[in-house]
Amino acid sequence: MTKPKNEVKLQMESRSVNEGYARVAVSAFAAVLDPTVEEINDIRTAVSEAVTNCIVHAYRNGVGKIYIRVRLFDGGKVEIQIRDRGCGIADVKKAREPLFTTLGGDRSGLGFSVMESFCDRVRVRSAVGKGTTVTLVKNIKGRDEPCEP
Amino acid sequence: MQVNIETEGSAAVCYLSGELDHHNAPAVREKIDEFSVGFCPQSMILDFGGVTFMDSSGIGLVMGRYKLLSAANCTLTVRNLSAHAYKVMRLAGLENIVTLKKCGEKGGKQHDKTEK
Repeated sequence: MTKPKNEVKLQMESRSVNEGYARVAVSAFAAVLDPTVEEINDIRTAVSEAVTNCIVHAYRNGVGKIYIRVRLFDGGKVEIQIRDRGCGIADVKKAREPLFTTLGGDRSGLGFSVMESFCDRVRVRSAVGKGTTVTLVKNIKGRDEPCEP
Repeated sequence: MQVNIETEGSAAVCYLSGELDHHNAPAVREKIDEFSVGFCPQSMILDFGGVTFMDSSGIGLVMGRYKLLSAANCTLTVRNLSAHAYKVMRLAGLENIVTLKKCGEKGGKQHDKTEK
């Protein structure tokens, strides 16, 4: 296991108003890797999905804590861990299926699909009654093209 | 998140601006639906020119409006999508049920109208 070259930890309450803060904070920390606009948007979107899941699913009956850890590695790898101590997911495989949602209304059931297509790797660990940890890995290729003089 | 709605005859354009996520989506939905019920438009355009961020909540918003409006025989177009918002919507296959237009695409660029 290689050592991260930089790490930050954030903790916040599962209030929907914090979704914006979470994605901006994570993408700002990853900005030192000089990502493209597209890569930054991918990170922001994936984090937004994971944090929204904590709010609408994990802590559906109240407010709890969301723990985020971001690690930067050599070679442009970003690892983002989003953890809650909420209700947990009984069937992770099913939860990751596109369009699957336990909520009605306007929830599209595409949260995990967005994370999967916008990140290089998505790992989900969950235990019912204990909580869920989602780990997102994104390899930043960055802006290769030389700057215009 | 702001929504400005303009009408011309039986057509309506909703100009969305700000960050479209799970926190902001309900207010946008309510405003559009409240208007649709009262005005009964024959065509509606959702103009995403001012949207600076969008996650899957945007998919839910468009899908939900599509269901409601198509039941009332109203057509739905989504225009001025940023490259990112377009990518998110394509992921859901929304291009198969509503017309999606990227920013700068013909019939798309009109969001200077909001400044009127």
